Amino acid sequence: MYPSRFRYEAPTTLAEAIAILATNDDAKVLAGGQSLIPMMKLRFASPATLVDINNIPDLDFHGADADGTYRIGALCRHAHLEKSTTLGDHQPLLASCAPLVADPIVRTRGTFVGSVCHADPQGDWASCMVALDGSITAVGPNGERSIPVKEFVSGPFQTVLAADEIATEAVIAPAQGTRVGGYLKLERRVGDFATAGVAIGLDMTGGTVASAGIGLTGVGAQTIDAAEAASVLIGSSLEPDVIERAANLAAEVANPRSDHRGSASYKKHVVETFVSRILGNVQREELQVA
Amino acid sequence: MTSLFEEVPVSTDDNISTTRVEVNVNGERRAAQIEPRLLLAHLLRNGFKLTGTHTGCDTTNCGACTVLLDGEPVKSCTVFAVQANGHDVTTVEGLASSEQLHPVQEGFKDEHGLQCGFCTPGMMLSAVALLNENDDPTEDEVRWALSGNLCRCTGYQNIVKAVLWAGAKMRGDA
Ligand SMILES: Cc1cc2nc3c(=O)[nH]c(=O)nc-3n(C[C@H](O)[C@H](O)[C@H](O)COP(=O)(O)OP(=O)(O)OC[C@H]3O[C@@H](n4cnc5c(N)ncnc54)[C@H](O)[C@@H]3O)c2cc1C
Ligand code: FES
Ligand code: FES
Repeated sequence: MYPSRFRYEAPTTLAEAIAILATNDDAKVLAGGQSLIPMMKLRFASPATLVDINNIPDLDFHGADADGTYRIGALCRHAHLEKSTTLGDHQPLLASCAPLVADPIVRTRGTFVGSVCHADPQGDWASCMVALDGSITAVGPNGERSIPVKEFVSGPFQTVLAADEIATEAVIAPAQGTRVGGYLKLERRVGDFATAGVAIGLDMTGGTVASAGIGLTGVGAQTIDAAEAASVLIGSSLEPDVIERAANLAAEVANPRSDHRGSASYKKHVVETFVSRILGNVQREELQVA
Repeated sequence: MTSLFEEVPVSTDDNISTTRVEVNVNGERRAAQIEPRLLLAHLLRNGFKLTGTHTGCDTTNCGACTVLLDGEPVKSCTVFAVQANGHDVTTVEGLASSEQLHPVQEGFKDEHGLQCGFCTPGMMLSAVALLNENDDPTEDEVRWALSGNLCRCTGYQNIVKAVLWAGAKMRGDA
């Protein structure tokens, strides 16, 4: 299968890449290509120009600033995060998600930021970004802006990025206290998209929850922000009844469709179970040790 | 000769509708004049006639087309050939030296790691990438590393044994 013809540009600076995007109608950024190339081969996408950002230096970083702000650059691959020796210390949610994204070969190419930009309701990283209330830094001809991820995705496979903007990094704010959490994903086999996935990020201070976020994968037309479920956790010490309330509320906002991966009611049940399981694990590991 | 691919001598000038690429394939510099939409799998197979790289699904699912790009396993049906310009590509043809099979190839032979053989080149390259990083993997680590490569024949058991065998050989334990 061949994609339609396109013009290929491989700029070596960000400024050059933006200039090409700004002066070409129907140009698209090519990052890991693990969503875009399959779509082009199926002719679901036929951009006239591809702007390959893989030759732009210094975009493959991930790590924490001195103040704890966590940054993931546009060319940081899924595999970099999976194999990172420092990610888990700062972002336990991301560390538990990394091995569950796609398969090992796709992970060597696919990027974290590309996945968020792709805005697939089945994308695992977007749920993590929602749970951590992260933002995307976008750079265009008029400079740089920071877009909260909850405003970044405007629909299935749609974002608010302008045609001449490049997402240069994903940014996650420092923890208030200790950051804990995790990702659970039900998949039929390795490399499959989620039947249902749940991302939970919590900041704990003195045994209580200071801030909380819950993102749901694959159970709606876009990544779901289970904000109400997360809000009942604030100020609690994850008592069993609090966990149960959060799990029920998360299942309520899940809006899955019945398909070959399972019925809608089954997927809601999985969401409920995963929320309880992640919070139960946190409760056991973080609170009872302390 | 198709408009998608034309192998050219190493020193021709660029032309407008196609791009010239130079790729280090299995240690040998190869150049070609290609359209940007040519996939790496097709440059290797149809262009350079290295048909050891198989295309199975052509939809990024099966891993049969796996090659190493700068040492990392990639699905060559999901990388444009232009993206390999200036980079190193290793295909199954590049594993053996002139006289000696690669330990992974020996392992597949010794442990009967293949039946029809269609998945085998991709399996071997994923295995080589794993063993280059860690020549003493556990069985779980082998299964994990190969989890992007599908096999419809073997049930995987002997493939895993073959990779463990190769690891032992590379460490000098076999
Ligand atoms: C077999 C298979 C299984 C998969 N399984 C999963 C899975 O289980 N979970 C999951 O989450 N994903 C999965 N994926 C998708 C994979 O994670 C992709 O890597 C990811 O969705 C896209 O990242 P990319 O870097 O490959 O982006 P590309 O494919 O290069 O781009 C995707 C889109 O985002 C845009 N884009 C990319 N980067 C930028 C940028 N920096 N600035 C502006 N726009 C940009 C592109 O223009 C394009 O529209 C799977 C893919 C395959 C092939
Ligand atoms: S042919 Fe490339 S993954 Fe199947
Ligand atoms: S040996 Fe036949 S597909 Fe693996």
